[in-house]
Amino acid sequence: MSAFRPATADSPLVNLIVGTLAVAIGVLLLVLPLIAVYAEALRRGWDPAWAALTEPDTVAAIRLTLIVALTTVPLNTIGGLAAAWCVAKHDFPGKRLLVTLIELPFSVSPVISGLVFVLIFGLQGWLGQWLQARDIQVIFALPGLVLATVFVTFPFVARTVIPLMQEPGPEEEEAAATLGATGFQTFLRVTLPNVKWALLAGVLLCNARAMGEFGAVSVVSGHIRGETNTVPLHVEILYNEYQFAGAFAVAALLALLGLVTLAAKTVLERLSARDGARLGGAA
Amino acid sequence: MSAATSALPLAARPSRVRAIPGFGIAFGITALWLAVIVLIPLAAQVIRPWELGVAGVWHSVTEPRVLASLRLSFGAALLAAAINVPLGLVTAWAIVRLRFPGRAILDGAVDLPFALPTAVAGIALTALFAPNGWLGAPIEALTGLKVAFPPLGVVVALVFVGLPFVVRTVEPVLRDLSREAEEAAATLGATRPQTLARVVLPALAPSIFTGFGLAFARCVGEYGSVIFIAGNMPMVSEIAPLLIVIRLEQFDYAGAAAVGLAMLALSFLILLALNLVGRMLRKGRR
Repeated sequence: MSAFRPATADSPLVNLIVGTLAVAIGVLLLVLPLIAVYAEALRRGWDPAWAALTEPDTVAAIRLTLIVALTTVPLNTIGGLAAAWCVAKHDFPGKRLLVTLIELPFSVSPVISGLVFVLIFGLQGWLGQWLQARDIQVIFALPGLVLATVFVTFPFVARTVIPLMQEPGPEEEEAAATLGATGFQTFLRVTLPNVKWALLAGVLLCNARAMGEFGAVSVVSGHIRGETNTVPLHVEILYNEYQFAGAFAVAALLALLGLVTLAAKTVLERLSARDGARLGGAA
Repeated sequence: MSAATSALPLAARPSRVRAIPGFGIAFGITALWLAVIVLIPLAAQVIRPWELGVAGVWHSVTEPRVLASLRLSFGAALLAAAINVPLGLVTAWAIVRLRFPGRAILDGAVDLPFALPTAVAGIALTALFAPNGWLGAPIEALTGLKVAFPPLGVVVALVFVGLPFVVRTVEPVLRDLSREAEEAAATLGATRPQTLARVVLPALAPSIFTGFGLAFARCVGEYGSVIFIAGNMPMVSEIAPLLIVIRLEQFDYAGAAAVGLAMLALSFLILLALNLVGRMLRKGRR
């Protein structure tokens, strides 16, 4: 606490004000909603919350959400890795366009992400009559839920992996190719190990969004309880039926998913940075 | 991605293309996946409204209820993104430049709007800002404003959703900002406010702009976190994505697609304009 203060430092009063404001923003805008979810869920104690979570419709919703995520995530992991490998390790005309197209789903409203599939597969969609004649249901059924979820989670894996894949440059892969490795061997043995933490982080984010998606699946779901109702949609139904304790209990479960994802992402980022540092040290 | 790639004429770069084998199959998977999941569906979004004819599309998107919802969605998104600029700046500044207990927690909390499913955020914010909520009650007592339900609630939800975009784009630039420029300004006799206004702020301006654009893009289409708090009154607090849902429920596919197309076209134009201004800001720095 000396009287001397460097010319580039702000007065302690300014720092105090900025710090207080930042903490206020953090507490009021960011943390308080999270606390509110748990407070509302447990307002009448554990028992009603637990009852809401174990009620058959909730269990069915959890099962459906798991099925959707377990289908979506592997599909987008393969697609995302292929896209990342193209972009990070190869040169081709139209690369920037490809990157833009990969990121496109992020800038589209979730509702539009669901709408586009209704426009194709819905009763009055391009394929609607054809599908109905063959008794195939896409919209208001599992395939529609998966399609909409794949659309909204499409960019996660590619986006997380591309920067890390690009960083070391293509030299190691070129060496592998020179030594006679096939493209697949090169990818599996050289490229993949270097990006494993980023890949895991991408998969994790993809999964969190797949399980938590609301707008897109709400459009294609049809909201049939016990059948096409995912967990986020179940929250909405309970809430609109004024079953607040149940709605917040299920919401608390989803919030937990978000928190675990956030924590795991932080750990993976640290692991990735540590490996990166080691890589840099070796080079 | 690399600037060099795009600057080269098409014919000048064949030798590097096939250095690593396996491009064909990877590109095949990517192209197929992209076409099936993204391109064909978005083509449907662009083509189907025109079933109504040009006049029909125009009529469909200029209905007073549609115009009101577009005005609300875009107005609230722009306002929320604008509010996010000072909030995000203060938060990023505190995370990068200050040391205080709980800084790491604040840093982690910034990602909460990314991590919380939108429906959870929606009902949580509604509970907080309801007339008897933890924040709604004191705000109403102090200012007489009811946050939940009238259009104000939409803005509150969007501020929550958009905040991380501004913080996370400004933060790395602030971290890399050299202290020497600030020192030089101080040496040349600038007061601290002058240094902040003439040296620090211009350096951050492009990233602030990018963050504003990202927050806006996310907010304009936001659905889950808004519909619970908005009250969804036609002409007053009905957002454009909700109108798409309503039209779909009435099996008015082309009408729903028309609203979707109007949203995409408007946000494209706004983002294009933001991009141009951002480019000018960056050029001005050089």
